[in-house]
Amino acid sequence: MGEVLVVTSGKGGVGKTTTTANIGTALAMMGFRVVLLDADIGLRNLDVVMGLENRIVYDLVDVINGRCRLKQALIRDRRFESLLLLPAAQTKDKTAVNPEQMKALCDELKQESDYVLVDCPAGIEQGFKNAVAGADKALVVTTPEVSAVRDADRIIGLLQADTEMHHPLLIINRFRLQMVRRGDMLDVDDVNEHLAIEMLGIVPEDESVIVSTNRGEPAVLNVNSRAGEAYRNISRRITGEEVPFMDIEGNGTFMNRLRRLLGLRTG
Amino acid sequence: MQRILGKEVNRASKNIATERLRLVLMHDRLDLTPQMMNSLRSDILKVITDYLEIDESGMEIALQRSNDSIALVANIPVVKMKRLPASAG
Repeated sequence: MGEVLVVTSGKGGVGKTTTTANIGTALAMMGFRVVLLDADIGLRNLDVVMGLENRIVYDLVDVINGRCRLKQALIRDRRFESLLLLPAAQTKDKTAVNPEQMKALCDELKQESDYVLVDCPAGIEQGFKNAVAGADKALVVTTPEVSAVRDADRIIGLLQADTEMHHPLLIINRFRLQMVRRGDMLDVDDVNEHLAIEMLGIVPEDESVIVSTNRGEPAVLNVNSRAGEAYRNISRRITGEEVPFMDIEGNGTFMNRLRRLLGLRTG
Repeated sequence: MQRILGKEVNRASKNIATERLRLVLMHDRLDLTPQMMNSLRSDILKVITDYLEIDESGMEIALQRSNDSIALVANIPVVKMKRLPASAG
């Protein structure tokens, strides 16, 4: 039986959907059976990032209301046999789904997969409660900005108070080494110090992410994408593999350590 | 040159961000739930009534935030002092 991971952040626009698409694709590349579940009802987007928007027939709400069988709504990825997407509905009715139904759905999905990745909507209301209801583990995405870190802190607090997920994992997205170097961006230590949860990975800001979203091909498919490489590393860590990156107290200069952290060549 | 660089570093927006983040998280995390506030209130009452007779209905207790600190401010009207010291009672 598989594991359900929810990708959440509190704040919108920090890269939850991109993160879900890339980790899911990377895990499928490694041969795992993966289901991507778009829980952002009313604002469906994971299909577009995955390049599968033209294949949608049924959606999450159709499944929950029994208008179709689960298997009919799952869309198979164009590139990987073992990668499936359950798209969100575009309905305006936010109460179309409740946490009990989501939990039952996640339980069913993980029977026949290794990983179920739930793309959580922004905010802390019904959509968030639905998205976390069936999850075994939470991945909290933030960017090195005051507003995003603040919201991540709030989300971590809610996960710890209201769910069994007391140890969420952190992903710092859109990290810009040049700005950190100039002292114009919070660095990894600053974020770590405030949030104090286990770090899963750091994803550099990378134009190739926008290009890959334009094309509907997750960045992990592009061997030259630095963000793609970071997501591949994160995915390996999710499977339990030890991929070195948090050598913050190790040897080497600060910059070299950061470069290694980001998967850049240290020269 | 170093002075210029030094000044640049001091003005770096990262430091401003770190400080603002510290304060905003301190405020966010100190948001006591109404239940916690009630239990704090009754615990304070328990201690104070050993020493003073107070007007419970007029008691006000709240967290007060200023720019760089948080204070627990309590306004507790005293009706009269107790005659005996707490240790003797």
